[in-house]
Amino acid sequence: MNEKVETLDVLDVDEEGGSSLRSSVIRVLGSWRLAGIAIPFLILFISLSVWVGPFLTKTNLINILDQQSAYLAIAAAGTLVLVAGGLDLSVGAIYGLAAVVSGQLAEHHSPTIAIGAGLLVGLGMGLANGMIVAFLKINPFIATLAMSFVISGIALKASGNNLIVLSQNSGFYKFGNTVFFSIPSAVWITLVFVAILALVLAKTTFGRRVVASGGNAEAARLSGIRVNQIRIITYALSGLAAGYGGVIDTSRLLSAQATGVPNLTFIVLAGVVVGGTSIGGGEGSVPRTTIGVLFIAMIYNGINLTNIDSVYQQIVLGVIILVAVSLDVWARKRRV
Amino acid sequence: MSTGNIEEAPRSTAASVRGDFVVTGVSKRYGGVPALSDVSLTISPGTVHALVGENGAGKSTLGKIMSGVIPPDEGTMSLGGEPLSFKSPRDALSHGIATIVQELAIVPGLTVAENVYLGVEPSTAGFVRRRQSRRQFRELAKTVGFDLSPDRLAGSLSIADQQKVEIMRALSRNASIVIMDEPTAALSGGETEALHGIIRSLVRDGNSVVLISHYLSEVLALADVITTLRDAKLIRTVDAKDATEETLIEGMLGHSLSSAFPEKVVAQEEKPVVLEVEHLQAPGVNDCSFVLHEGEILGIAGLVGAGRSELARAIFRDSKVSGGGVRLKGKDLGGHSPSRSIRRGLVFIPESRKEMGLLVGRSVKENVSLSRLDLVSRLGWITGIRERRKVNEVMKSVTVRAASIRMPVSMLSGGNQQKLMFARSVMCSPNVLIADEPTRGVDVGSKRTIYDLLTEMAGSGMGVVVISSDLEEVLGLAHRVLVMRHGRIITELSGEGINEQAVLAAAFAESTNKGTVRS
Repeated sequence: MNEKVETLDVLDVDEEGGSSLRSSVIRVLGSWRLAGIAIPFLILFISLSVWVGPFLTKTNLINILDQQSAYLAIAAAGTLVLVAGGLDLSVGAIYGLAAVVSGQLAEHHSPTIAIGAGLLVGLGMGLANGMIVAFLKINPFIATLAMSFVISGIALKASGNNLIVLSQNSGFYKFGNTVFFSIPSAVWITLVFVAILALVLAKTTFGRRVVASGGNAEAARLSGIRVNQIRIITYALSGLAAGYGGVIDTSRLLSAQATGVPNLTFIVLAGVVVGGTSIGGGEGSVPRTTIGVLFIAMIYNGINLTNIDSVYQQIVLGVIILVAVSLDVWARKRRV
Repeated sequence: MSTGNIEEAPRSTAASVRGDFVVTGVSKRYGGVPALSDVSLTISPGTVHALVGENGAGKSTLGKIMSGVIPPDEGTMSLGGEPLSFKSPRDALSHGIATIVQELAIVPGLTVAENVYLGVEPSTAGFVRRRQSRRQFRELAKTVGFDLSPDRLAGSLSIADQQKVEIMRALSRNASIVIMDEPTAALSGGETEALHGIIRSLVRDGNSVVLISHYLSEVLALADVITTLRDAKLIRTVDAKDATEETLIEGMLGHSLSSAFPEKVVAQEEKPVVLEVEHLQAPGVNDCSFVLHEGEILGIAGLVGAGRSELARAIFRDSKVSGGGVRLKGKDLGGHSPSRSIRRGLVFIPESRKEMGLLVGRSVKENVSLSRLDLVSRLGWITGIRERRKVNEVMKSVTVRAASIRMPVSMLSGGNQQKLMFARSVMCSPNVLIADEPTRGVDVGSKRTIYDLLTEMAGSGMGVVVISSDLEEVLGLAHRVLVMRHGRIITELSGEGINEQAVLAAAFAESTNKGTVRS
């Protein structure tokens, strides 16, 4: 027996010696994921700055951020949903519902009521999604897809399928358009929201539990994590973010429509995936998602500025998603 | 088969032509742990060749190698003198070797006939010729004497009938050697009888059957030749005529306990009770009661599927408890979730660390602190330094060697991964630890460390429950042993009463009863 223990010690030491090297490899691989999106982002940014004149102007860059406010917030929360092992396909619908609710209320009520109602509607719908997924045990893809029809229907009914147009004088307009340091409040609020979610996922016990729930739900449960509760919260956050997106865009653009923005759900999802968050759950980062969303936004912006047929936007987006996901699959295989 | 003449099924001719199936010097290791080492045997046409052994002795591994499911690391196989090497079960099938595994491979949404001809559907230009497939099916069913409708959905059949589908599938490929891994484990008495009839008729036609079974009476009743495996090695191959249940059991054990275990610290009498289980009812658990004292290691033994893990999960409140209760330190352990149980001081190390225990892609640190994030955080915010310090401290106590607590657990050896599960438990500072198969897939050296850990934990006053299929382990560690069967606790053994014969007799007793009823 003694002999066996000794040989094992030798083995272990060997393993240790080997693994200090391996662990540094791991750390490099870890930052690889960030590099995987950050490097293409920088290349694209520099290329556009050099070759497309109007790109690198303060107005254009702020404009991009302003337009992306809703997307960034929704994608940040969507990252948490994906990491927890879920999927939310109803954000586009919630966005539309929150937009018409806040738009209609803003016509006759105080901005606080309009904004609050929009956010609450989003939160409520998100909670409903979470409970349906957690308690009825319906696959999140199906559950949130079905909910998106329900919510869109409610939004159409509530708005009578009319385009709501607001006047510029209201306080509601100021919510998203007040400028601090030449950046509109929509961008500021979004950045704060995104930063909070990034810290929540990376630094808090809740974030750890989100990762565990998506990485191995069974292990998480047996370790004493209430997986259902965690998942419901991520859906609620996603709903809240979508509600915020609807409200902030209504405030920015002074118009709202039940149909929201076509393809919003999928563009957001594309941003998350391009940022390297895995569809399978258990892994992901809000900062990377942010880069992913902005990466797609830059492509759209570049195509617009160069007067290339906008049809190409779609094709390019599709190809980028495929490349991003293939990279993810490849990285997972390598991880053993 | 096309003539419809049932007496002249081509498989019998194939069988008479093929000769002996010879396995020579086959070995297989899983991550350094031998699952099979240097096993040789010969399977002759027209015989039932049984493989017996304890859980983990290598029976199923041997069956899988013979049927091409897994490749051997070393060794060769030949059929009638012609060397074989299988790349897949399909390969083996083309040589007439079919397998019927413990977990049935049925497509529930397809019909019986579609399942039987899965992958070899009679077809014209890609279109399945359903009428022909039905006709073939009926002929085959008549040959083997099964009464199954070809059009029923396979998923709607009883387990026994599903097994018939698998057998027909094997026969439809002209299999002359059928490997059956625990075929009767899920069957009722009558169904078992029918299957035995099938096995006999297969052999009568000149085919051979490799029978892997826990039920010694079944083995003795059916087999012509019996091979006993133990600790991945072939112990002996004998004529069934010369074997009795006693000689088989002796062959399956055949060794004394080695010094692989720490010395048992004999529990002082009348230590306070820490866990009481009373008339517990849950899925797979039938009216189980026992007590566990502080500082005691309680072993739970039994065959795979006897309800040991189910009992553990019921106590841990991971499954729906329908009756009875659990008291921890005298207080009723209510609640419906593991999280509550952990907070009350009961932790559980599940049997499969990869599927049920670890976040394989995440770091050592994250895996260890998972259950007690409250200890390393303030107001929900994880304090990096505190977490590192705490995790390092726990890791040292379970002697895990990892270069960095930041490395992903996928890079650790099986033994170290298992020790991480202990580290997570230690961090919960529980009153009771339930460890399900604590040394599965762990190398010998780490096994000893884990035994030491279990003993230490008990020594510090914890109540420890060890569930294991490794009988030696249960005997070597436990102060008291419960033997389970069919969801019930059959026997409690303590002190001098703990020995292999007593445990095996209790665990296998059912098979003796079943056997007498059957034959």
